[in-house]
Amino acid sequence: MSTLFLIQFLNGLQLGVLLFLLAAGLTLVFGIMDFVNLAHGSLYMIGAFFCATLTFWTGSFLLAVPLALVATAIVGLVVETGVIRHLYQRDHLDHVLATFGFILIADTSVQLIWGPEGIAIPLPEALQGQVQILPGVIFPAYRLVIIAAGLLVAFGLYWLIGRTRLGMLIRAGASNRTMVSALGIDIKTLFTAVFALGAVLAGLAGMLIAPITEATIGMGNDIIITAFVVIIVGGIGSMKGAFIAAMLIGLIDTLGRSFLDDMLKVFIPVNAAETAGPAISSMLIYIIMAAVLALHPQGLFPPKVR
Amino acid sequence: MFKKTGLAALGLALMATSALAADIKIGYVTTLTTPAAVIGNDMKDAVDLAMEHLGGQMGGKSVEIIFEDDGFKPETGKQKTDKLVQQDNVPIVAGYIWSNVLLASMKTVFDEGRFLISSNAGPSQVAGNLCNQNFFSTSWQNDQTPMAMGEVLKQQGVKSLYLMGPNYAAGKDMLAGVERTFKGEIKGKDLTKWPDQLDFSAELAKAKASGAEAIFVFYPGKAGGAFIQQYQQAGLKGSMDLYSVFTVDAISLPKLQAAKLEGVLGSRMTQEWDPTLDNDANKKFVSSFREKYKRYPSFYAAQAYDTINLINSAVTAVGGDMSNTDGLRVAFKAADYGSVRGNYTVGNNGMPIQNFYLREVVTDADGNWTTKVVKTVFESHQDPYAAECPLK
Repeated sequence: MSTLFLIQFLNGLQLGVLLFLLAAGLTLVFGIMDFVNLAHGSLYMIGAFFCATLTFWTGSFLLAVPLALVATAIVGLVVETGVIRHLYQRDHLDHVLATFGFILIADTSVQLIWGPEGIAIPLPEALQGQVQILPGVIFPAYRLVIIAAGLLVAFGLYWLIGRTRLGMLIRAGASNRTMVSALGIDIKTLFTAVFALGAVLAGLAGMLIAPITEATIGMGNDIIITAFVVIIVGGIGSMKGAFIAAMLIGLIDTLGRSFLDDMLKVFIPVNAAETAGPAISSMLIYIIMAAVLALHPQGLFPPKVR
Repeated sequence: MFKKTGLAALGLALMATSALAADIKIGYVTTLTTPAAVIGNDMKDAVDLAMEHLGGQMGGKSVEIIFEDDGFKPETGKQKTDKLVQQDNVPIVAGYIWSNVLLASMKTVFDEGRFLISSNAGPSQVAGNLCNQNFFSTSWQNDQTPMAMGEVLKQQGVKSLYLMGPNYAAGKDMLAGVERTFKGEIKGKDLTKWPDQLDFSAELAKAKASGAEAIFVFYPGKAGGAFIQQYQQAGLKGSMDLYSVFTVDAISLPKLQAAKLEGVLGSRMTQEWDPTLDNDANKKFVSSFREKYKRYPSFYAAQAYDTINLINSAVTAVGGDMSNTDGLRVAFKAADYGSVRGNYTVGNNGMPIQNFYLREVVTDADGNWTTKVVKTVFESHQDPYAAECPLK
């Protein structure tokens, strides 16, 4: 039982890390630029498809990832300068409308270019296997790689936001946009950089998950809702909040899926538990979100602003 | 003068449209968008091929197939079905990949006294107490294929099993089906969120910890490829054998081959059809499909091809008179056509009574991954819900 718990804990951590990569970009764009980007999930999908194609071209997943990151950043830059930039002055409803349109365009473009069937990405031999962490605790090697990569990016972001000049500007832009631009900072370029950074993070998440679930159309639309839950729970605009909430949601979702039906079987008949278990575990994260909104409407770790 | 020529031109135009319009329209609902479109496209290709083989005609009348996209959603499927029945006024609506889409859509068809021919979905409800005299299937009832798999597991002496499937109508039927015939111990069962859950890490860890000897899964479409990949990554091959239904097919195999997921070679599944089945209709279907589309047809395609040929047999029997519903019904029930699965009969609930085969994933002479028949599991098998259907 404890072995299973440890494995499920790692699984939860892996989901959490993935959600963090998505939520980090979302919270940057939403919290700092005050822009609602529903199409964040499309960048996740585009990253996965770029990585899939490049894996087949270069013959190596490890080579494909950095190339695909660059390609996704370029898409982010083009989208920001071409479309998103003109929407900052509009209200949130226009953001939602425009980015929803972008989702439809992205999904259809992917279907036209890559076809509807999706692509399975081959992993290098070494990542395809399993690792023994402790006696009896055997875990897929690739999922450990995802956890490591995600934590590395989290530390990188912590350093970038907290310790660099760019990070300082980002934080300043979040607190008071007008003041920053009055001080002679080119806020336009800053926003473009932030959007591209968000795109890269989303793309990376897509690339990391694609060898597990395949690159498929609309893969981002399912997970983006969970990413929104993460930033609402964590506090919009807060990187620390996004990290902690992502881990929390990842663990609750995974542990709920693994242990809830067994726990329910103690109280209610087996048949009912088998049906109720999956239903409740898929609601669990929304219940958490509702609770956080009721008790702490700003999220668990709201950024100190204004 | 001008008025007259105008009228004449109008008359000509009207005649031209009526000459272009087909004598008989048939609705076909499948999934043409979302990743599941890959299944719908395979079926559409098979329908097109069948119409090509028939020369675009049934019973001497020209036929038009109106394709509609259900968008992988029950509510959209119902809307499209309503449109076909009420607006296009089609006498027959066919297709349907998904059990939940079929269940949502069937009422309109039956209320208006039209025929519904399922090319895939076979929910237990429509085979049992919700059965209808105007329902016929060229696939199977959901429980049947996993029942055949349960029988195989029993014959192979598998003692304990873990079950996994998606949490919707067909997923529940499939898991119930294998439990009907498999008599060993069920170590655990997981119903996962459908259709958006593609990461099965938690469930696979549970399955592994349960110590079951084998795992049985039902994951159609994109979830199938994702499952196979994760089964391999979790290192379960060798410790927990994989048995599946509708998970590994001609649609997922080329993709799995491109990604070199060799774990799937040798895996076994049950099905009512296989590209290697030895009958004339099947040889013609498989060879012309491969020639035209440069790939193996899936079982979805085979069933869609059969749907068109079944409809053709009925339309021909009534001489193209679509108002003769009783005649059509008798012909649908007789199923007197060259099915690619070989001969079968039709039960009181419209479901086929047919053979089920055990198939294995193999490499063909050209190096493509495909399936071949290992043995016959059931002969002339009828679904368990037929008794609940009040029709005679």
